[in-house]
Amino acid sequence: MELTVNWYLALSAILFSIGVMGVLFRSNAIVILLSVELMLNAVNVSIIALAQMMADSTGHILVFFVLAVAAAEAAIGLSLVIALFRTKPTVDVNEFNLLKH
Amino acid sequence: MIQQVLFLFLAVVAIGSALGAVLARSPINSALWMVVNLIAVAGLYITLNALFIGVLQVLVYAGAIMVPILFVIMLLNLGSMPAPSEIQWKHVVAFILGVALLTQLAFVLAIGLDALPEMSVSEEAVAASSAREIGKMLFTRYVLPFEIIAILLLAATIGAVMFAKRKFA
Amino acid sequence: MDALLVRLIILLPLAGAILTGLVPLFMPGLRKNESLISTIGTLAVAVPFGMVVYLFLTFDGNAFVATFYTWMAAGDLSVDFAYRIDQLSLIMGLVVLGVGTLIHVYSIGYMHGDDGFWKFFSYLNLFIFAMLNLILADNLVVLFLGWEGVGLCSFLLIGFWYTDLKNSAAANKAFIVNRIGDFAFLLAMFLLFRELGGLDFDTLLNGVDTLSSTTVTMAVLLLFLAATGKSAQIPLFVWLPDAMAGPTPVSALIHAATMVTSGLYLLARMSDMVLAAPGVMVLIAIVGALTALVAATIAITQTDIKRVLAYSTVSQLGFMFMAVGVGAFFVAIFHVVTHAFFKALLFLGSGSVIHGMHEVEHDLEHEGHDTSSFDAQDMRTMGNLKAYMPATHITFLIATLAIAGIPLLSGFFSKDEILFMAFQAGYNGMPVAYAVWAVGILTALLTAVYMTRAYVLTFRGEERWPEAPSIAPHESPLSMTLPLWTLAILAIVGGYIGLPGVIADGDWNWIHHYLAQDYGGPVADLADSAGFSLPLALKWLLIAIGGGVAILGVSLAWVAYDREGLAFDDRLRERLGPLYGVWEVKYRLDEVYDAALVNPIRDIMGQGFAKADASVVDGVVNGAARGAAAFGRVLGRIQTGVIQRYAVMMVLGVVIVMALILFV
Repeated sequence: MELTVNWYLALSAILFSIGVMGVLFRSNAIVILLSVELMLNAVNVSIIALAQMMADSTGHILVFFVLAVAAAEAAIGLSLVIALFRTKPTVDVNEFNLLKH
Repeated sequence: MIQQVLFLFLAVVAIGSALGAVLARSPINSALWMVVNLIAVAGLYITLNALFIGVLQVLVYAGAIMVPILFVIMLLNLGSMPAPSEIQWKHVVAFILGVALLTQLAFVLAIGLDALPEMSVSEEAVAASSAREIGKMLFTRYVLPFEIIAILLLAATIGAVMFAKRKFA
Repeated sequence: MDALLVRLIILLPLAGAILTGLVPLFMPGLRKNESLISTIGTLAVAVPFGMVVYLFLTFDGNAFVATFYTWMAAGDLSVDFAYRIDQLSLIMGLVVLGVGTLIHVYSIGYMHGDDGFWKFFSYLNLFIFAMLNLILADNLVVLFLGWEGVGLCSFLLIGFWYTDLKNSAAANKAFIVNRIGDFAFLLAMFLLFRELGGLDFDTLLNGVDTLSSTTVTMAVLLLFLAATGKSAQIPLFVWLPDAMAGPTPVSALIHAATMVTSGLYLLARMSDMVLAAPGVMVLIAIVGALTALVAATIAITQTDIKRVLAYSTVSQLGFMFMAVGVGAFFVAIFHVVTHAFFKALLFLGSGSVIHGMHEVEHDLEHEGHDTSSFDAQDMRTMGNLKAYMPATHITFLIATLAIAGIPLLSGFFSKDEILFMAFQAGYNGMPVAYAVWAVGILTALLTAVYMTRAYVLTFRGEERWPEAPSIAPHESPLSMTLPLWTLAILAIVGGYIGLPGVIADGDWNWIHHYLAQDYGGPVADLADSAGFSLPLALKWLLIAIGGGVAILGVSLAWVAYDREGLAFDDRLRERLGPLYGVWEVKYRLDEVYDAALVNPIRDIMGQGFAKADASVVDGVVNGAARGAAAFGRVLGRIQTGVIQRYAVMMVLGVVIVMALILFV
């Protein structure tokens, strides 16, 4: 059994799907945030695997940027959770339907 | 051989911890599972010889991102969610969609199975993934995106402070 | 070095336009700072003028092209932003920038206190920029850019006081009539590009020989039609008299000295091609002669001082087209130059007069008179201004004598050269040229008459405004009289650049030697290549006729109008009867155009399209709006506000799109 890049891609697909299910499944805002991070992470795995296959450091740069964006997203996401929690003491996203108005 | 064993071990840990993060009832458990997952993925990077990114993963993700999340969870004093009393339609839909997506991705992989070469960690690949090489690229060819990312982070910081302020209108 | 100069010459006026236009637009506090705005605006023209003078003095006789960058490239078409410096563009550049600088200086005084002072200078600078593109362009596309640019500036400046409906109507008219000519210009470009595969002047002029005669005729005809629009010839001259609605410096700069000569410039630039279409040249000569005559006869009857000058401009442009028609392109450019001097002077002088008469109007209003019917431009309310505005008077007199063609003033040399060339063309076997010459002589006589009439009615005789002389106009400020004096000197000496052939056998005709191809210039010349030359005695005779006609016209009109004043107009009307009536109503050309073109089109649009608009267009629009509203109501149900539902939709979309890509 040779270890090919397909293994990494398959793993990445599985992790990504778990992340998607998490976003759709859970109603806790923080867990949704975590699931999104999981999806980003899964994509990073495939990027690194392909970059190593092609011996190209551009992929690493891309992952570097994804990490930075993830950090920004986490910061904003968390502050939004705090702001939401202040209007209504819960983090259940189903309790919030402000977008409707 | 050792490589395969390592990969399989890390992959199982990663998938298991991902499921744990998504399914855990208490958010604090979720976050801790997530940390495990991130470290497992960092290990995967290292099996790929991407040492720099692997270290970065632990530092930035497991450190800088997960710690505030844990802080917030504890700050808001979030307890466990009640166990779902019955199967909601939402969960069914989520599950179906997730499986459909996974099937499609697997299908893509199956089609491309032969197109991809074998995983061989060449000398070049090791050289290309070194911190020196990445740093060089980052400050020459990708210096503009790098600056933009810096501005993005600044904007995110300011935005986070604004949102979290008590008197935010 | 030279390329840099060209760049600066082109760009400085644009920079001036931006500084005086866009900056005050966003900083209203600067708008009232007239000294700052006028300094920037004037320098943006004066500095390029200095540069053109430098280029002119150091010019070594070899044309050069300064290419800046490729504007557009598509398939075989490649258009560069390229500017050509040669004798023709230098002469035009000197005139445009020289007269332009003087008129900028003049405008400082004339526009003082106007709310749109900043806008005015911005438009003027923009105009200079466009005009420089027009005359320095190395290909037809850049030329067209300038062509449209000056049209736009003309539109903006005619409608400068747009709150008066009459003015914006005049601006629209100028713009729309010009569009006809522009359309012909575009067709000519398409045709030439199809046939020659390029639009720069070298390609065009070197490729003339390879074209079929039909193609050349078509192309030249289209170019001529374009020129009739911009240069106000029959049938498209109706816009120019109305264009006098703009401020007087604009009339002087755009509608007398520079923009209206761009049609002539175009034909001179393409002279090699024009010469290849002799049939069209006959047409050009006839149209020029007719326009000159028609406009001169109208001018005799006008009472608005600016309208007299406007028709005079049309008439003088007709003279220039006569020159083009008989193949004497350099003479056309010669007349462009001298005409720029004396006509700009006339307009600026009339501006000074109008400035003074506005003062009278203001004072009358102050005294409690009803001034609603007082027209500051009407010569019937003027008279004896020589006593109040000495500088304006002297300079206006010089310009009048120059345009009338009194010997030894500038107009004499250029006009006489045109008539001489027409006669010579007839002598060399172009029978229609004799007729053109005869019409030219008649028009020259009329010119002397109507210009003297305008001068005498304005400056001599009795004061005809109420309460004279207790209320009187005053001489304009120095910033206005200084350009007048400068132009007056030019109007006197400007003709000596083209001394006639009888002196030193034509060797002292500098502008001929400078421009004509036989001497290494850019302008082709039929007269030279034809070979025949008139006997010397006949040449002297022709000059004597030209000069005599001018002196005759001036003295007749002087005596008649000085003695009888306005009454002589009535006597003329009685004597000439219906003919005078036709002139007075301007041959009813506007009405004819209205009846033949404007009204039918308006009716068709109004009736035919109104219904289609109401049923089809409105139906589609309303239907689309209703459909969108209904669709929105349906989709609104999905809008639950629960973000997880949105996420579900998103993932569903991803799955479907991927399924489509993979399985379809």
